[in-house]
Amino acid sequence: MIAIIDYKAGNLSSVERALKKLDFRCLITQRREEIMSCERIIFPGVGAAGRAMSDLKRLGLDEVLRHEYNAGKPILGICLGAQIILERSRENEAECLGLIKGSVELFPRQFFSEEKDRLKIPHMGWNSVNLRKGHPVLEGIAPADEFYFVHAYYPLPASDEYVFGTTCYGIEFASAIGYNNLIAVQFHPEKSGKAGMRLLERFCTWDGRHAE
Amino acid sequence: MLSKRIIPCLDVRDGKTTKGVKFQGNIDIGDPVEMARFYYQEGADEIVFYDITASSDHRDIMIDVVRRVAEEIFIPFSVGGGIRTIEDMRRVLLAGAEKVSVNTAAVRNPEIIADGARAFGSQCIVLGMDVKKVEISRKIPSGYEIVIHGGRTYMGIDALEWAKQAENMGAGEICLNSIDADGTLQGYEMNLTSLISENVNIPVIASGGAGNIDHIYDVLTKGKADAALVASIVHDGTYTVKQIKEALHAQGVKVRMRW
Repeated sequence: MIAIIDYKAGNLSSVERALKKLDFRCLITQRREEIMSCERIIFPGVGAAGRAMSDLKRLGLDEVLRHEYNAGKPILGICLGAQIILERSRENEAECLGLIKGSVELFPRQFFSEEKDRLKIPHMGWNSVNLRKGHPVLEGIAPADEFYFVHAYYPLPASDEYVFGTTCYGIEFASAIGYNNLIAVQFHPEKSGKAGMRLLERFCTWDGRHAE
Repeated sequence: MLSKRIIPCLDVRDGKTTKGVKFQGNIDIGDPVEMARFYYQEGADEIVFYDITASSDHRDIMIDVVRRVAEEIFIPFSVGGGIRTIEDMRRVLLAGAEKVSVNTAAVRNPEIIADGARAFGSQCIVLGMDVKKVEISRKIPSGYEIVIHGGRTYMGIDALEWAKQAENMGAGEICLNSIDADGTLQGYEMNLTSLISENVNIPVIASGGAGNIDHIYDVLTKGKADAALVASIVHDGTYTVKQIKEALHAQGVKVRMRW
């Protein structure tokens, strides 16, 4: 069973539907015992970091996530869930979970592509992920695979050690980060067609360990 | 680098598409769920549904369509038409749509943009704009005016000003439809598209006028659009979404080529 953590940050039903399509059992929950009894956790999120963190704390889920992370349970962060696992976010200057060292930064207000086109914010649409090193959950992603992104802030881990994939949008930013049993992606695998479904499927069978 | 998006648009009335799609031996299929699945498998990057159901009694049919589409396709899709309140938005989003689009309701009550963005996030809120070219005047300095009722009613609102206002109020994207170009198959309204796209900082989807692949190429390059809406040319079988993307890719436009 997979717990999809519900802390009122966005629409969780799309993640649930994708897992159902893949024939994995899951439940949307904010109850500590339920989360702790599941084999793995998906930590999604849409919205602002400040609000998300205060909701997590109010529900006591920050402690549950830390506990489960330290216990070695496989965790997948999605979108905002890939941001608030860092130490702090520029968005609302929020103190975050700090599971991975680093911060969350805002794309520059005015910035340009290599072709000198003005880039819009948020970064919304399909973009590719360049794998920086192997990870069981990201295995098989081809250079031509693209994923659906919607975000104005991006993860900036303190060390390359945490970076598994990067994406170019004016700058090259970390779009897949992780450490130990935690993997997190800035894009929405549940909205990214077959490439995203494959990633979800690999997470749902991942034991939380790395090959090396 | 971000890809340009190709977005088929389906008009739905009482749970059926008003124009079927011809494929696989020219069989007409009027089921929006089947059509969405077909375009998803063909490489569409997103799908837009417009509910043109006249009677509000039949709105539940659309919610059921949205729910069934969401079980079948795993790319973003938006729903517009008949969205008048925050509660209308909530129902469509909870049924599984990624975005809702507001058009007439936002012209009449711009606050719905801000309220929607606050409740669900800007990324959910698409402003649909129906626009006609008019004489440049003090009231309409861009020469493009907002219209409703399919172009029959002029609203005295400048299209460029409206786009900027909607962005400030929290719209996350603009779907820009030229009533003049719509249905002509003579190409998108290029001046309008580049004017709006260059003056807002949110993505612009060009709509109305696509008749061939060159039109789509033009609006995504010179027209500065972030995405192109396609209707007739894919529904009537002139091109498949795949053919459009292959041609754009060959001409150097970045589009998603693996699906």
